[in-house]
Amino acid sequence: MDTYEPHLYELSAPGKHGANLPVLDVPETPLPEALLRQDDMNDFPSLTEPEVIRHYTRISQRNYAIDTGFYPLGSCTMKYNPRLHEEAARLPGFATAHPLQDASLSQGALQLMYELQEYLGEISGFDAVSLQPAAGAQGEFAGILTFRAYHLDRNDPQRVEVLVPDAAHGTNPATAAMAGFKVVEVKSDARGNVDLDDLKAKLSPRTVGMMLTNPNTLGLFEEHIVEVARLVHEAGGLMYGDGANFNAILGIARPGELGFDFMHYNLHKTFTTPHGGGGPGSGAVGCTAALTPFLPGPRVRRDTSGAYELFIPEKSIGRLKTFHGNFGMLVRAWTYIRSLGAAGLREVSEIAVLNANYARVMLKDLYPQAIDRICMHETVLKGQIAGAQGVRTLDIAKRLIDYGFHPPTVYFPLIVPEALMIEPTETESKRTLDAFIEAMRQIAREAVETPDLLHQAPTKAPVRRLDEVRAARQPVLRYDAEAFARIREEASQ
Amino acid sequence: MSHYISITEAERAAMLAAIGVNSLEDLFADVPEERRFPRLDLPAPLSEPELMRELRALSDMNASTHGHSIFLGAGAYNHFVPAAVDQILRRGEYYTAYTPYQPEISQGTLQAIFEYQSLICSLTGMEIANASHYDGGTAIAEAAIMALNVVRNRRKIVVARGVNPQYRAVLRTYLQALDVRITGDETPDATIEDALSLVDAQTALLIVQNPDFLGRLHDLRGLAAQVQARGALLCVHFDPIALGLFQTPGEVGADIATAEGQSLGIGLNYGGPYLGIFTTRQKYVHKIAGRIVGVTRDVDGRLAYVLTLRAREQDIRRERATSNICTNQGLMALAATVYMSLLGRQGMRQVAELCYHRAHYAAAQIAALPGYSVESGPFFKEFVVRCPRPVAEINAALRERRIVGGYDLSQDEPHLGHAMLLAVTEMNSKAEIDRLVAALREV
Repeated sequence: MDTYEPHLYELSAPGKHGANLPVLDVPETPLPEALLRQDDMNDFPSLTEPEVIRHYTRISQRNYAIDTGFYPLGSCTMKYNPRLHEEAARLPGFATAHPLQDASLSQGALQLMYELQEYLGEISGFDAVSLQPAAGAQGEFAGILTFRAYHLDRNDPQRVEVLVPDAAHGTNPATAAMAGFKVVEVKSDARGNVDLDDLKAKLSPRTVGMMLTNPNTLGLFEEHIVEVARLVHEAGGLMYGDGANFNAILGIARPGELGFDFMHYNLHKTFTTPHGGGGPGSGAVGCTAALTPFLPGPRVRRDTSGAYELFIPEKSIGRLKTFHGNFGMLVRAWTYIRSLGAAGLREVSEIAVLNANYARVMLKDLYPQAIDRICMHETVLKGQIAGAQGVRTLDIAKRLIDYGFHPPTVYFPLIVPEALMIEPTETESKRTLDAFIEAMRQIAREAVETPDLLHQAPTKAPVRRLDEVRAARQPVLRYDAEAFARIREEASQ
Repeated sequence: MSHYISITEAERAAMLAAIGVNSLEDLFADVPEERRFPRLDLPAPLSEPELMRELRALSDMNASTHGHSIFLGAGAYNHFVPAAVDQILRRGEYYTAYTPYQPEISQGTLQAIFEYQSLICSLTGMEIANASHYDGGTAIAEAAIMALNVVRNRRKIVVARGVNPQYRAVLRTYLQALDVRITGDETPDATIEDALSLVDAQTALLIVQNPDFLGRLHDLRGLAAQVQARGALLCVHFDPIALGLFQTPGEVGADIATAEGQSLGIGLNYGGPYLGIFTTRQKYVHKIAGRIVGVTRDVDGRLAYVLTLRAREQDIRRERATSNICTNQGLMALAATVYMSLLGRQGMRQVAELCYHRAHYAAAQIAALPGYSVESGPFFKEFVVRCPRPVAEINAALRERRIVGGYDLSQDEPHLGHAMLLAVTEMNSKAEIDRLVAALREV
């Protein structure tokens, strides 16, 4: 069946428009002819409002989303996004306030930011928080630039190596490279922890610090975290905490008390601001007192009269983006923390970890666990099904789509062959978990008995497996009537 | 038990038994005991009605377009956001989805991003657009990093003084750890020609903004050729609303064009989330940062959309990636897509005309006030007003009248004296402008 939804441009017809704008109520001023655009915007489409709404509603139905189903995407924390948060962020004093309006006209927004700084610091055990970074990767960049500034400030310029575990997220090494540093990979040991001997061998007077995710990307709590931090500090390095997995340890442990010097919070994971199909996120950062002067600004403080104001820390690495961070995301995160309180946050992590372990024990007889330990909020299994021939993790992932589930994260971490990383989150019901477990067990049977079902999957999705090589070799990156017609013609033959 | 958690007490017990532990606490035995279960000092939880009351109280403490006339711009603008935009953004299918890494069940997001790329190319006259950056400032920083990779062995970036000072600050933050010299913006009143004169055999990129930070329109024809003749690239930072009328970066031959996309259907949001627009030439597609959507077909031959050219990205290339960017501003790109679809060719032009004519009306009225003058030369929707008194004093008096005045230039451009950067958009009616002018006469 052809389920093609026309491209927007194919719905366009000259003369249409979909916005009801004010009429001109002032005298016209002549336009500077030489500065006008020459093409008359002939290439730009024209549609009416009903057409636009139907188009974007129809294509929205070709998406999987948390609202439509279970999304056990490891490392991404796809939990429920509360509706209250959407109302909160759209209150006029938040949604239509100008970022440069005077502080006296912004006290509510500044108070909210100040309180969120305090809450995040309390939850993570850090002295100071900056809400500037727009996403986790930018938080990492803030951290590594802060480490650099700290070492330079202490006249210690020879530190140029950032230690990154072999299981780390790709953003970690990419971030270190953006700060001009060399990446030194540290091995993991048989229990999924940082290999202490390898760490010792790689620490040196050149060490800037270490970037570590804890729980790590195997979904395991670093058993030697205190020792790792001690060793890094002894070598004069600093500990960066990648907060991607913070959903496991709210009220369970504070990174600042485990030996981390700096961390980012993915407000779009742990604090459930929506992922938005790829953003916006928020990568707020927290740190120890020693690093506070270097934080990106502006931050918010209270002056002696009790009024809130923005300020740039004295030795700040600078501004990472315009204005004050992704403020709309901050409103949502603030609302979440105030909805749950301390006990509610701890319950989030307890149930997130309970759900992940439940999935783990119910599946590990068929899908070997990468490291056989109690996991945190996610578990890493292997798509290596006994007795199955020629079935890969990718096939399992695609077959899950036919059962109505979003696939887990696959082939990550890189150190686990055929990895399947399952993160159920705390907001899923047991009924959903059981249905997912049953589907996974059924797929394991199919892998042995009818592997073609896996190789052909998905068959119950808006489209089936794609020719990704073609997309890259013959790139069509904007609407091109000829290219579209060619592909459509090939299909009808 | 929180209302967001769906596991009952009885189910918890059954699940713990299946796992083989006695209690939830037992799941955390790997956490060092003396650091386990800290007491968090947070406010007591609130119910939804209590929380909404508190949120409204905070919201009401801020000025906003609902209660104030806003004439402030300087990088964030009070433009019209059609109701239909937010109705689409509120669809859970979009905002509760992840990055479209599983294309078979993400065709909605992928098609919307592809349409965004198409619309941005049509708007700008550029060849390709990526799926977004965090904001206009980081789009410029990524442009600089790309230029350093495209134009090998050159370590100088020239940035014109007319580029928004916050963008210049972001650029310096991003490049601080690399051995790169950023110059061209040190001298007050330095022109684009002054910046061009600094483009030499060491220069990878010239960055200009049009309209510039002070709202002035420049004729950029011929600039690209001069920059390219010196082996460097040209980045033009533009205002997407201005392109309804004025020269496009594509027409003037820019190698890279960036913008703050907030004007395209995204509210002021006290500074974010916004949208970083990034466009360039097809030949640099392997050098750009961020995500990009392409077209292909599925095994049955059906046309479908997919994230493509992924070998540039951090999750694949790690330390050799073009950038560390992962999460971007996807939902904001959707907002811009719906906005541009609604406005269409006619609406884009109409908004630009409303901004232009109303801004010029306001400028003429203000210039006629005793003690006030307006800088000469072509401008779009923003202009510099020279004032008889410190801008802070004038703005304080305007606040009494529920008017948010212009941007005080005394910090960024002190050589201009008492000068304010005033923004007028299609949202500022003639009546509102007349009220501003009357207020300025009084204060």
